[in-house]
Amino acid sequence: MVDAARGFVVIAGAWVRAALTYRTSFVIMVLVQVVITFLDFAAIIIMFSHLDAFGGFTLPQIALLFAMSGFALGAADLLVGNSEALGRRIRDGSFDQMLVRPVAPIVQVAADRFAIRRVGRIAQALGVLTWALLSVSIDWTVGRVVVLVGAMLCGSVIFCAVFVMGGAFQVFAGDAAEVANAFTYGGNTLTQYPLTIYPTELVKGVTFIVPLAFVNWYPGLYVLGMDDPFGLPSWFQFASPIAAVVFVVAAATFWRIAVRHYRSTGS
Amino acid sequence: MLSIIEVDDLRRTFIVRRKRGRLRRDRHEVHAVGGVTFGIDAGEAVGYIGPNGAGKSTTVKMLTGILVPTSGRLRVAGLDPSARRTELAKHIGVVFGQRTGLWWDLPLRDSYELLGRIYRIPRRTYEANLERFVDLLDLGALLDQPVRQLSLGQRMRGDIAAALLHDPTILYLDEPTIGLDVVSKAKLREFLRELNTESGTTILLTTHDLVDIEQVCRRVMVIDHGRLVFDGGFEELHRQGGARRTVVVDLAAPSDPLEVPGAALARVDGARQWLSLPAGASTAPVVAALGTRDDLVDLSIQEPAIEDVITALYSR
Amino acid sequence: MRGFRRYSTYRAATLAGVFTNSVFGVIIAYTYIALWDVRPSLGGYDIDQAVTFAWIAQALIAPVAIFGGFVVDELAERVRTGAAAIDLHRPVSLLGLRLAEDLGRGAYHLISRGAIPTLLGALLFDLVWPDTLGTAALAALSIVMAIVVSFGLRYLLGLLAYWIIDIQGPQWIVVLSQIFFSGMMLPLVVFPAWLRTIADLLPFRCMIQIPIDVFLSDSTGTAVAPLLAVQLAWIVILLTAGAAMTQVAVRKVVVQGG
Repeated sequence: MVDAARGFVVIAGAWVRAALTYRTSFVIMVLVQVVITFLDFAAIIIMFSHLDAFGGFTLPQIALLFAMSGFALGAADLLVGNSEALGRRIRDGSFDQMLVRPVAPIVQVAADRFAIRRVGRIAQALGVLTWALLSVSIDWTVGRVVVLVGAMLCGSVIFCAVFVMGGAFQVFAGDAAEVANAFTYGGNTLTQYPLTIYPTELVKGVTFIVPLAFVNWYPGLYVLGMDDPFGLPSWFQFASPIAAVVFVVAAATFWRIAVRHYRSTGS
Repeated sequence: MLSIIEVDDLRRTFIVRRKRGRLRRDRHEVHAVGGVTFGIDAGEAVGYIGPNGAGKSTTVKMLTGILVPTSGRLRVAGLDPSARRTELAKHIGVVFGQRTGLWWDLPLRDSYELLGRIYRIPRRTYEANLERFVDLLDLGALLDQPVRQLSLGQRMRGDIAAALLHDPTILYLDEPTIGLDVVSKAKLREFLRELNTESGTTILLTTHDLVDIEQVCRRVMVIDHGRLVFDGGFEELHRQGGARRTVVVDLAAPSDPLEVPGAALARVDGARQWLSLPAGASTAPVVAALGTRDDLVDLSIQEPAIEDVITALYSR
Repeated sequence: MRGFRRYSTYRAATLAGVFTNSVFGVIIAYTYIALWDVRPSLGGYDIDQAVTFAWIAQALIAPVAIFGGFVVDELAERVRTGAAAIDLHRPVSLLGLRLAEDLGRGAYHLISRGAIPTLLGALLFDLVWPDTLGTAALAALSIVMAIVVSFGLRYLLGLLAYWIIDIQGPQWIVVLSQIFFSGMMLPLVVFPAWLRTIADLLPFRCMIQIPIDVFLSDSTGTAVAPLLAVQLAWIVILLTAGAAMTQVAVRKVVVQGG
């Protein structure tokens, strides 16, 4: 485990250094990331010029959900976003090269071409989060702080798992890299809004099948002191760590299966 | 003495699906490697040659742990590559001829730094090795260039240094001379020869160019359709193979059939004549004998293709 | 035809794209439903028209290459490798060749990543369709013009590579503007007046907002002719600029040797 972390830092570090040598280009790319991720929120702001509540939530409340989801996706994208390039690596032979080195393949796949510019999304999310926390009246308790921070961490883990699964999937389905996008960026877009706007089946889907609702919705309900509009058990609001663990184990298993499959069948 | 590479009845089968018409799929098995057995001692330089598709790359992939064998026993430096791949990685270096182990967008120097960290090479060893390879492989001017800007020959040299930085006990080279010009090939072969004799690095060189092996290795294994058809020295190979080299002579004008000791006349066509001699024999005496003629316009030497060697092997 | 065939070989990628578009279609449709539930005739649309907007916008994303790419990357790549010089010496117009190819690609994307999610959307929601064949034909024309406008922008971007090799910065600016001002994020009819004015001055609305407005014109009563005229105007502007810039590039290559 320590070995893996070390390998990651070493490889990612080389790319961070490389990115920083082109200082202006790096700054521009980060700004682009900030703007492009903010566009989603800009659209929400525009929507609120026509209403006071969306799905029963005010703008600051939605901003909280938005920021939590954006942070989680941003952190995951930064850490393992490159796993969606696995298909390309297999095709150009660089994955074989990775198998010959003394570092676990998942670490190499994630750390190679590490894109430090993705902090832009994280920065944007933190900005919106700050505004949200200042604008919403929250009944702060220690529990709420723990749940908020915990959710941001667990949410990142959940999205990391989705990215890794998307990568593993490419061992079996080559070109279909975009399928993962539907779950990562799609998942982020879906959870930006209060889940009240969606039909119950969809909410159940993102609760029990792909646990994206645990990224921000359930913990968010607790932080905002709201009851679950769908009447699901209130302990769900504390269940983000469980969802994260379960999903990460599933992702790690799928990844191992995928690598084993690759090594048993060639390309 | 225990072999550093032990291969016993190694097999690798692929299932190939081919489309037949719109919906049906044909399924059949390809035996890329069908029961190969050999042992390589530490410090040997062995050539692994065969026509395209013979199973060379597949064998190397299994030896390095990239591919899991279908069956058979495989031990490299005492480890099972499929089970202990990451552990084995520290002791081996691999150079793939057709793709690079370097980072495309980073300067060459950065690739080496990164490898130094990945392999946890002690700083002093790293610097000593880097200096040595920069010198031996003439990389000085290239260190600050992004790998993507290097020529094929330059990149190959860079790749070799990369594979050797961590002092591996075994070096695998998979088709390293493909696409290289004559001069680069010669330099590469010389480097490998010296690496083997001076550092004692075990070398396994796969190629379909016989001269690569002749210049670098003392033992050659010939693989064809997944099976080992020869394992031994060169004299033996040429004796068994019966392959022949050809000296193509262009004279100023059509002339009497040439008579040169050591070579047989194979063919005459106008001013051009073909002389053939056993593949293991040196062409030097023949060339010297022809060089005294004043009607000699041009002269070239054709090596036997590996396919011919193999065909000849089979027919004996 | 060559463009069509070329992109149709990426079957797995296309299916993945269809899936992604469908997922986003569902999400955005519900978003608009929630919005129009509170404001029933926002921007002159009713709820069904808004949902239709969501799905047709998703359908158009790939054909009009909202995220850029294709001819931009190809031209830029050819400049980098030096092959671009050859392009400019060919007797056939570079612009014409590229346009034809992009139309083929656009057609393929329209049929695959456009039609299939739309059909899914029609199954899941109540979509609004043109009443008359005439309107449908005009909508089709508008979509073709949208692709040409998109091409015009990307072609200019790609040509820029002859002067400033790394066009990533400019490309990002264009892509961001396209995402926001085409109507893809949110229908432009929902924008506050001052943003709407800016959007109306830019070509990006030709790519999504206008074709959809033509598509919905039977039920919304919007006048179609002015919209088509705007698209035509932008096509003329962009392609003329493209042809002119190509000439400048030719001269540059001839004088400086690429």
